[in-house]
Amino acid sequence: MSRIGFDIAHLLAGSLVLVSFLELYQDRLYALLNVFAVHALVLTASVAWQAFIQDAPHLYVTAAIALVFKAMIIPVALHRMIVRLGIHREIEKVVGVGPAMLAGMGLVALAMVVMLRVTPGAEPLAREDLAFALSVVLLGLLMMVTRRNAVSQVVGFMSLENGLVLAATGAKGMPLVVEISVAFSILIAFIVIGIFLFRIRERFDTVDVQALDRFRGERR
Amino acid sequence: MTIDAVAGVLAVPAAAAALLAALPDYRVTARLNVVATALTFACALSLFFTRPPPGSYLLVDDLNSTFIVLTTFVAFTTSVFSSSYIGHELAIGRLTPPFVRFYHAMYQVLMFAMNLALVANNIGLMWVAIELATLTTVLMVGIYRTHEALEAAWKYFILGSVGIALALFGTILVYMAARPVIGEGLEAMVWTALVGRASEFDAALLDVAFVFLLLGYGTKVGLAPLHAWLPDAHAEGPTPISAVLSGLLLNVALYALLRFKILLAANAAALAPGPLMVTLGLISLVFAAFMLYRRRDIKRLFAYSSIEHMGIITFAFGMGGPLANFAGLLHMTMHSLTKSAIFFAVGHVAQVKGTQRIADMGGLTATHPLLGWALAAGVAAIAGLPPLGIFMSEFLVVSSTFARSPLLAIVLVFGLLVGLAGLLLRLNGIAFGEPRGPTTKAEASYLPMFAHLALVLTAGVYMPPALVAWFQNVAGLLG
Repeated sequence: MSRIGFDIAHLLAGSLVLVSFLELYQDRLYALLNVFAVHALVLTASVAWQAFIQDAPHLYVTAAIALVFKAMIIPVALHRMIVRLGIHREIEKVVGVGPAMLAGMGLVALAMVVMLRVTPGAEPLAREDLAFALSVVLLGLLMMVTRRNAVSQVVGFMSLENGLVLAATGAKGMPLVVEISVAFSILIAFIVIGIFLFRIRERFDTVDVQALDRFRGERR
Repeated sequence: MTIDAVAGVLAVPAAAAALLAALPDYRVTARLNVVATALTFACALSLFFTRPPPGSYLLVDDLNSTFIVLTTFVAFTTSVFSSSYIGHELAIGRLTPPFVRFYHAMYQVLMFAMNLALVANNIGLMWVAIELATLTTVLMVGIYRTHEALEAAWKYFILGSVGIALALFGTILVYMAARPVIGEGLEAMVWTALVGRASEFDAALLDVAFVFLLLGYGTKVGLAPLHAWLPDAHAEGPTPISAVLSGLLLNVALYALLRFKILLAANAAALAPGPLMVTLGLISLVFAAFMLYRRRDIKRLFAYSSIEHMGIITFAFGMGGPLANFAGLLHMTMHSLTKSAIFFAVGHVAQVKGTQRIADMGGLTATHPLLGWALAAGVAAIAGLPPLGIFMSEFLVVSSTFARSPLLAIVLVFGLLVGLAGLLLRLNGIAFGEPRGPTTKAEASYLPMFAHLALVLTAGVYMPPALVAWFQNVAGLLG
């Protein structure tokens, strides 16, 4: 593989981690959605570049799904939902920005240590892709636990899935079956979430998950 | 694909789901649901006699045909229970006809997804099937649309998604480990091909993969500390779904874990998966046993009991070896049968009493003798009292552990005793004592409940040699 091909792949995967960090400190829902759209765009570029250097045309399909579905349809739909619900105020966080960023850095370090150590045999591109992918997955998880708002938890979950797609495309020659199913599962997941948000609004007039905590069966 | 039994266990639920979504009348659809699950069960039984050769996507061997038969049988009896349960929910207006239609269609989609996960030979396909099963159960848990049900469904959805996301990462890592050996493409995700050449894989990569798979699928098994979704989902969904979740879906997730355990065991340099599973199993057992004491909701109580028993089963499979695996398989079968029977009884009890609060139901054996005694028998079975089947399997787990590592056995016995006392204490309040709550006659379907309890009793008293031989054979496969 050419040196420049490797460098660009590296740059794009690294940017995805960086955008994950940007997501982590957004405290307004609109801004968060915009950053998520950028996240999906970087993923698209990364997947398309992988398709090019691996000479695997089917990966362009995955890139197209990421572009159309994740970078356009979902942010727009969520945007509309937020407008309709009137919840574009500040995001309530469990943890402040500082500790969240520190925890994020710790997680990225962890991902690097784990993945680079166990894959000395693999080719450099695959192993670094995997390390970046794990970082994105862990940052997505972190975002899900540091947010209470249902919409931002969903965004956290979707950026986690972006990390998985990065890993799947980095694994050279992985059957398309899995990638399409990942895209499909996101679609289904989104429908489910849509239904839930709708129902939650019907009941509580808010999408703050904390409102739900009051109804924990445990306290009956 | 040619028409064979495997196609049957997949096509029947799929076709039934489409049909049930289209038909409006609940009396027809409830019966159709029973017929479809009975047909699926018949197809599953035929797998014992004739089975197709393994392909790149589907595989039937002795291990998964055991799981498939158990799954389809409990699904069949649950559908019988479900028809009377849903009839009552319609009558009191807790569910409306469109929701019942949705419920029946989803029930069949869930059956399809579980069967697909069990017959999948491709680790990617298996993951997709488990994800589908999760999504359908999320929808069913939230079907009552009460505050509690929505909260339970949301929590289940978030934790379940994180679990399956981690499992997918593990799956990708397994592919990465296989690729240098098997080559690119579909073959490197086919389980039979993977197991055949697992000894040549990179051990370190397999280790990390298994940790992710254990955390991912372990969330679906309900192992502590990843169990948080389970009690809520069991308590707030319709009771037939609690029965299917406890009796079947947890097993399916465990099955996925077992497949990867076999894979790791085939590579001598990889870490031994046993100790990890033993640890998680013991934690779940002891934790859930203590949690039994303060439960006020009857379905939540039995949900914690499910965590306890999944802990025992995971522990047994983690110990490994012919005897412990045999005990694990037997315990899994007995637990599925008993726990679903208990949920059948609990569903009717909650309906006649109009509540799930344990404090509001008492003296059940006096007000509703048949239901009360069935519940008492079920609880005696699940608590592990002789001569019922679970006593047998627990005894086997304990004795095989004592022979190999007495220290672990002490923790195990301690957890079992704590759980037993907790369950009997609660049973005393529910089944005996001063009668409380309404005493209207129950319109229950007793047959599924008593059929399960009879099977559990029979297994405790006498195991047919053919069954013992079969389980020994499967235990051998598990290594």
